[in-house]
Amino acid sequence: MKRFLLGRIAQTVPVLWATVTIAFVLIRLAPGGPFTDERNYTAESIQRLNAHYGLDDPVPVQYVRYLGRLLHGDLGPSFKYANRTVNEIIADTFPVSLQLGALALLFALAMGIPAGIVAALKPHSAWDNAVMTLALLGISMPSFVLGPLLVMFFSLRLGWLPASGWESWPDRVLPALTLGAVYAAYIARMSRAGMLEILPMDFVRTARAKGLGAAAVIVRHVLKPGMIPVVSFLGPATAGLVTGSFVVETLFHVPGMGSMFVVGAFNRDYSLVLGMVVFYSAVISIFNLGVDVALGAMDPRMRSHRRI
Amino acid sequence: MTLQPARTPPRLWHRFRRHRAAIAGLAVLGLISSASVFAPAFAPYPPDAQNLELGAAAPSTEHLLGTDVLGRDLLSRLLHGGRISLAVGVCGTLVSLIIGVGYGALSGYTGGRLDDIMMRVVDVLYALPFAVLVIVLMVVFGRNLVLMFVAIGAVEWLTMARIVRGQVLAIRQEPYVKAAQVLGFSHARILFLHVLPNVIGPVVVYTTLTVPRVILLEAFISFLGLGVQPPMSSWGLLIREGAETMDSFPWLMVFPGAELALALFALNFVGDGLRDALDPRFAGKT
Repeated sequence: MKRFLLGRIAQTVPVLWATVTIAFVLIRLAPGGPFTDERNYTAESIQRLNAHYGLDDPVPVQYVRYLGRLLHGDLGPSFKYANRTVNEIIADTFPVSLQLGALALLFALAMGIPAGIVAALKPHSAWDNAVMTLALLGISMPSFVLGPLLVMFFSLRLGWLPASGWESWPDRVLPALTLGAVYAAYIARMSRAGMLEILPMDFVRTARAKGLGAAAVIVRHVLKPGMIPVVSFLGPATAGLVTGSFVVETLFHVPGMGSMFVVGAFNRDYSLVLGMVVFYSAVISIFNLGVDVALGAMDPRMRSHRRI
Repeated sequence: MTLQPARTPPRLWHRFRRHRAAIAGLAVLGLISSASVFAPAFAPYPPDAQNLELGAAAPSTEHLLGTDVLGRDLLSRLLHGGRISLAVGVCGTLVSLIIGVGYGALSGYTGGRLDDIMMRVVDVLYALPFAVLVIVLMVVFGRNLVLMFVAIGAVEWLTMARIVRGQVLAIRQEPYVKAAQVLGFSHARILFLHVLPNVIGPVVVYTTLTVPRVILLEAFISFLGLGVQPPMSSWGLLIREGAETMDSFPWLMVFPGAELALALFALNFVGDGLRDALDPRFAGKT
């Protein structure tokens, strides 16, 4: 297990390095500097700004310097928010996004797993067909369509829930629902498929034959191996939650990192965008690592079989 | 009597036809895409014809889906916007198809060290937050339509490469491939004439499932305001405009959203139906 873990950690390093490099190169390829489209800067002050941020050095020098700072966890200053560092901005906004993401994931698991299990117990029943059609609908319904529809219904029509903001608990309901719905749908499909894989197996029949009740068979024997596809889906799901947060936070005016990233992209705040890309990939890598450890614990075969 | 191996298409169509949801999806898709492709003929008004006196009007007999704040007919704008969305969907998928099949075939056919390295690269790329990089690309290079095809295609080819590689790896062991090698055919000839035609099934299925992903990605980027720019329009952009004014003019949000969701729903159904028809083992599994 220890070797498996160390191996996995060693593999995240090249991924992070690749992301940083791709993002850095892309941003440095940009025509014009970050200050060229500002009307209120004179040529002289642009020069001074470039010197201040070290943008007049050759690109390789900038790249090495960026990597060096990154090793100390320093993402540098923001180009558009004077006197604020990217680290500070992330520290302010990430906790909000983390909470939103956690709520959405919790909702997705709480909805998706039971629905998938019940569907798998009686395949091709009316209930199964209903759940699977609903799941396909959920997958086809983008968050930026679902969100406004939920607002229209629950806020504008019924007046039950606030349409935007992030102060009280009711504020959090609609954003979390909007963000989590797609994952609830995917998780329902995956837990159904996982259960269907395990249910016909011999050990399940044995458990039934020794007189164990139907519920006990599911809980004690089927659930753990049956949920493996769901757990491995959590890795890509976090990446999806990150991109989903761009839409949902913008839509509901949530002061999180997702809406900040979109604003930064609009303002062409290159250092902020770059820093956030790096941070996002670190978060996703760490989460993927956690998922792999969980999978290794659930299924010993994974530890030796997985080559990546 | 010539020996005619019963190729799959007739049986395939037969099996596909039994999948009623997939047939319905195909019909919806045909309707949406032909209405969009022939938008100039079908659209009741030019998409940019303004009528400022009318302003945002609710659906009526004159404007079936209502008008936006500038008095532009929503139905006409939806049809014309659909052309962009579908074009991005098709072109982006094509880009991902070319990269994915080429990469996967090369990797699987060569095998050995190169295969190892190429698949390791795919593993690394899988872990990257790609939608984020597409946004970075759009920010850096301006909001350019052609660039968007390429960016989206460059993101969506990974799974295709894996599927093709797995198939090619298996087919490479078939006796007829060995026979072709013994006959001294060139690698290109074997790959294109003997191996790739047998990979078509899974490729078609995955391609159908890629189109909705690409359309969704375009809509997502346009919704954030980083994709298609006005006066051009796409479903994503119309949803963005509609969401801004939905408390007063809900139809501007509901109709574009409904059309996008309907198109994605139909595409997913067709993809599922095709997969079930091509590989009955999967039928009803996911």
